[in-house]
Amino acid sequence: MLLKLEARPEPSQLMAYLSPLLAVALTLIGGLLVFSALGTDPLEGFKVFFLNPVKDTYGVSELLLKATPLMLCAVGLAVGFRANVWNIGAEGQYVMGAVAASGMALYFIDSESAMLLPAMVLAGAVGGALWAAIPALLRTRFNANEILTSLMLVYIAQLAVSWLAHGPWKDPDGFNFPQSKMFADSALLPMLIEGTRLNFAFVIALGLLAAGYVFMQRSFLGFQMRVAGQADAAARYAGFSATRTIWIGMLAGGATAGIAGMAEVSGPMGQLTEHVSNNYGFAAIIVAFIGRLNPVGIFFGSLLMALLYLGGEQAQQYLNLPSSISKVFQGMLLFFLLGADVFIHYRLRLKGGK
Amino acid sequence: MTNPTPQAPSAPPDGPPRLVLRGIRKVYPSVVANDGIDLTVRPGEIHAVLGENGAGKSTLMKIIYGVTRQTEGEIEWEGKAVEVDSPAHARSLGIGMVFQHFSLFETLNVTQNVALALPGKPDLKALAKQIEEVSQRYGLPVDPRRMVHALSVGERQRVEIIRCLLQSPRLLIMDEPTSVLTPQAVRKLFETLRQLAAEGCSILYISHKLDEIQELCHTATVLRGGKVTGSCIPSQETPASMARLMIGKDLPVCEHGASTSGGETRLRLAGLSHASDDPFGTDLRDIHLDVHAGEIVGIAGVSGNGQQELLYAISGEAPLAEKFPVQICGIEAGRMTPDQRRTAGMGFVPEERLGRGAVPRMSLAENALLTAHTGAGLLKSGLIDFAAMEKFSAECIAAYNVKCGGPGAEAKSLSGGNLQKYIMGREIMQSPKVLVVAQPTWGVDVGAAAFIRQALIELRDRGTAILVISEELDELFEISDRIAVIANGRLSPSKPAAETNVEEIGVWMSGMWPGAEAAQEVSHAA
Repeated sequence: MLLKLEARPEPSQLMAYLSPLLAVALTLIGGLLVFSALGTDPLEGFKVFFLNPVKDTYGVSELLLKATPLMLCAVGLAVGFRANVWNIGAEGQYVMGAVAASGMALYFIDSESAMLLPAMVLAGAVGGALWAAIPALLRTRFNANEILTSLMLVYIAQLAVSWLAHGPWKDPDGFNFPQSKMFADSALLPMLIEGTRLNFAFVIALGLLAAGYVFMQRSFLGFQMRVAGQADAAARYAGFSATRTIWIGMLAGGATAGIAGMAEVSGPMGQLTEHVSNNYGFAAIIVAFIGRLNPVGIFFGSLLMALLYLGGEQAQQYLNLPSSISKVFQGMLLFFLLGADVFIHYRLRLKGGK
Repeated sequence: MTNPTPQAPSAPPDGPPRLVLRGIRKVYPSVVANDGIDLTVRPGEIHAVLGENGAGKSTLMKIIYGVTRQTEGEIEWEGKAVEVDSPAHARSLGIGMVFQHFSLFETLNVTQNVALALPGKPDLKALAKQIEEVSQRYGLPVDPRRMVHALSVGERQRVEIIRCLLQSPRLLIMDEPTSVLTPQAVRKLFETLRQLAAEGCSILYISHKLDEIQELCHTATVLRGGKVTGSCIPSQETPASMARLMIGKDLPVCEHGASTSGGETRLRLAGLSHASDDPFGTDLRDIHLDVHAGEIVGIAGVSGNGQQELLYAISGEAPLAEKFPVQICGIEAGRMTPDQRRTAGMGFVPEERLGRGAVPRMSLAENALLTAHTGAGLLKSGLIDFAAMEKFSAECIAAYNVKCGGPGAEAKSLSGGNLQKYIMGREIMQSPKVLVVAQPTWGVDVGAAAFIRQALIELRDRGTAILVISEELDELFEISDRIAVIANGRLSPSKPAAETNVEEIGVWMSGMWPGAEAAQEVSHAA
């Protein structure tokens, strides 16, 4: 007997939606195995990892807080990914957004203007977009692969923020810690629920998800980008500009990642530190694909990913497991998703051997 | 395509059969390609396998040549039941095949290419000699030292045939061999095939061209929808009677009135020259052509002589450096994008339907949006007007008789002919002032082909200027008012279709029209 992958006559719509759920289920099973292997009671581990983080309002607010930057990054990335524009450097754009917004906050440190926050959001978007413009320019001018250039720019951004925090922007009264001055109140995002850290950025994220939905599903420009992603000869035949597609794809991801970076420094952090980079930009790539590059899916995907982050912290605290456990979960999730996606186009058949 | 021959094929030879197929059935996941096919080929017999696109001819040949396996049925080779595992196995049995699309390496020379197909490590010098012997014996002149990229299509086909002949096959399968040849080269090919048959080699000749089969083949098996619908002796049939077997009804004919001449110039090519992006492509050289309102101009030519490049230059997919060489309705459009040219009044139907003319994984409605977004008013302030899009798509499906599951059907779920009708409808419904069509009926069944040609003629009668580029001479003579020929990247002067004939255009297709430069290379002449 032999198992054989056989091409389906047409891709299965059912599997397209089932595949993320299947991946989640397999990740859970894999997680139970990991817990057993580490000598933890799997059921206890499961409870601590997945249920404890959301057992009260504060837990849920933390979940939404974590999910916000993931939503923001993933929705922008999805715009590019649909058009085969592979922006892998959202992490760097996130950092540069944080830097630009911090610059605004530090420059106007004494301002009490209500315009400061909107200006910081704008600065974050522009900072991220400018960082994404570099790979876009290299791709359109010199045909340099944007996967490599955008990824390399992540490390440059991380080093740049490190230099700022250690150097020119270091708080003189900060006991030599690599961090900026605390932002003024007028530069901090207002809280949504009293007593939690959930802030206005969540509302911005929901708004951008809705805008992303309109752009990708309803607008003609979004249609052109989908055509470019699926059949570039057809896009050329129709006269849709390939250059414009790359620019929009890169800048959309850069701008939303930059806003996410702004929300981090202006929200839970309240200042710029060298640890602003915490891999939201990379995790968002997984979120975008778990969500099928669709804003509704991205919403749920980012909640799941946020849960993995929080669960990892809980596991560290209560189970004495290393914090990298949440990265193991992220990795398993992406691995199983890519594996399950095979069944959209193929099915398994038993073949009687001779 | 060719005139009735003086030497009508003699009666099919007798003798024990060389190849017998019994009840061959092949099932793919979504389609039954062959269903209960019986076929017998005798030594020295030229046996035609006749059928429309999608009738199952290619699948059947792939089974015989070992590229794929039958689901059911038996193959008997020279009296013994065999299972053909692979093309290598088929070759060791004595079966050779010349494919419609050649499998040669362009950067190697002829000898190296032939050596690659032979078992072991042949001595190249001895092989070159062998190639020369075979090529002389069968009248297939080819220089073994030449690089393949410098060969014409006809010469490449000869290399493929020689490659088969070196293994002394007892059955040679030819898949649509004449689709890339000039009429004169077809005649030469037939002489070679007759000589081979006279020496006892059996030939399976796949085609949908009835006149060729009548001229060449002893017997014919007709396929339709994967089944055998009849066997006949072509010399005792008429093209009409064979067509009835092939398509199940009478061959439709187009009604073609005289053109209303004297219309304004809608498309002008004024000294169009363009170097091809592809190192093995053809450079366009100083092309002049006017297409007027209310006429159809046809451009004939053997494939690979610059048709692709010309189409890209006209459509705007390969923008030019200068404005003047392409003029649409008086506007110098050489540097415009395809979108801008569409706004200027040009419609364009490319030869590749899936992936270029339509996005395979998108619905027909979304594919309407691809070019008709502005021309048919399918947008509302930057957003897609879904209701208008569905309506336009449904109208197109109804008016152009597209068989499909409705506007929501994915483009790739349609047959080639139905998708072509849809694309043609989409372009025509935007009332273009100029329509450029490439290979309008390539791979399209006879019924849909007639429908498409009729639609073109009706569009012409409504005053549109139409340019058709096709490799099917019969088609061009059927619908064109004027015909020009492209050879080696140059365009011949045009001639009214009524004042020329297949013979003359055939000569022109080798690059030899009156006034053609004497120094012109004739490597593409076969």
